[in-house]
Amino acid sequence: MKIHIPTPLRQYVDRQATVTVEAATVGQALHALTNGHPELKKHLYSEEGKLRAFVNVYLNDEDIRYLAAREETPVKDSDSLSIIPSIAGGRLDSLQKD
Amino acid sequence: MATMTEGPVTALPSLSNEEIARYSRHLLLPEVGMEGQQKLKAARVLCVGTGGLGSPMAFYLAAAGIGTLGLVDFDVVDSSNLQRQIIHSTKDVGRLKIDSAEEKLLALNPYMKIVKYNTLLSSANALEIFKDFDIVADGTDNFPTRYLVNDACVLSGKPNVYGSIFRFEGQASIFATEEGPCYRCLYPEPPPPGLVPSCAEGGVLGILPGLVGVMQATEVIKLILGQGEPLIGRLLLVDSLNMRFRELKLRKNPDCPACGTHPTVTELIDYEQFCGIPPAVQPGAALINGVPQISVTEFKQQRDAGKDYFLLDVREPHEFKIANLGGYLIPLGEIQKRVSELDTSREIVVHCKMGGRSQQAAEALQKLGFKKVQNLAGGIQAWSEKVDPAVPRY
Repeated sequence: MKIHIPTPLRQYVDRQATVTVEAATVGQALHALTNGHPELKKHLYSEEGKLRAFVNVYLNDEDIRYLAAREETPVKDSDSLSIIPSIAGGRLDSLQKD
Repeated sequence: MATMTEGPVTALPSLSNEEIARYSRHLLLPEVGMEGQQKLKAARVLCVGTGGLGSPMAFYLAAAGIGTLGLVDFDVVDSSNLQRQIIHSTKDVGRLKIDSAEEKLLALNPYMKIVKYNTLLSSANALEIFKDFDIVADGTDNFPTRYLVNDACVLSGKPNVYGSIFRFEGQASIFATEEGPCYRCLYPEPPPPGLVPSCAEGGVLGILPGLVGVMQATEVIKLILGQGEPLIGRLLLVDSLNMRFRELKLRKNPDCPACGTHPTVTELIDYEQFCGIPPAVQPGAALINGVPQISVTEFKQQRDAGKDYFLLDVREPHEFKIANLGGYLIPLGEIQKRVSELDTSREIVVHCKMGGRSQQAAEALQKLGFKKVQNLAGGIQAWSEKVDPAVPRY
């Protein structure tokens, strides 16, 4: 299945916009993605292995947190996963003018 | 006068013949009509920010006949704004953005009222400013203000028409309506500072805030008219590079700290602290997170005096082509991978555009065992400003 990588995280997957993985569940797909790209893993998961609060993952148009089986949800090749991080748009470091 | 005189419409302001002529193409739409146009005239909309998103948003809202438009901004127009902040002109560089915006909006539509707030929206003033408006449109550019706008909208019960952009991609939605989710249902917490580069360091396609800001204006108008299907509970994603629009489902989170069943956000907080932003560093601070800071003037003097420095540039190759100081280029994202190219025994000065990425790189190098690393405070921008104006600023 295809996993869509948002612009801010593409630097950790050799600048690819989508990564294709072989997986039977949402969890396996994410595992396959982060195993192949360990730098990305740090940005998606906390040290305790929880998905970070400023990143959401959608199976097609549905947030995986709201799927009945969550990460155990089975996936087909035609499904897609999207990683949607929060974006603010401009200055992130300070509110004061640079 | 062609105003209706019966029913609930009597409470709405009437339109003059000049206004009827101006809004003719709205009046001809049954979904707007006379009553809808009067609702627009009665409406009070607050635009937070008059930059990339705020420019098209305020322009179209003014053209549409919104009766009262509030503008909040503390910034002045910079020449690097003009590539996307179309409400401002070349002659406005150095002027307050709200003054520049007011001039353009009143020139477009004199039948409206502009209320200016020349201030940084803060926990101290947000609820006071919001109380005079019906809808808040968020055109801000940073996480602390996004969370502030969201929480103030939830606390005051006003819809938050949201838009956000990054490089070629944008998001839009409506948050904080009674039935719908808020921004914190989607993202309970912001990313740590420095994880994602800002527009100033990451760049943004100039048309993108145009696309997203006009979507926000559309949603504001639909909310006022009560027409169509508002973008509540839906996150619209725009990818301008591939010109694809997608939509994701958003749900109200019953455990949301702001709008859930047992909210913990019951008043406005310190949003800079919430977003992990340290208190503003004094220019000239000697040490940030253990990394010594060197000013551009000091660096110049020492180098001229013959001190041997290895200058490491951690920007992207396309930025190096715009301007460079002859440094050795390793983009921030490749530091770990290419660390063997650096010599731990040399005195290393790291620089980027403004000092943010180089600070991260210097901290990473310290962790990798580099003892003699300094950050060039203010980066190549400061170099251009204080040492060599021949170096272009971008």
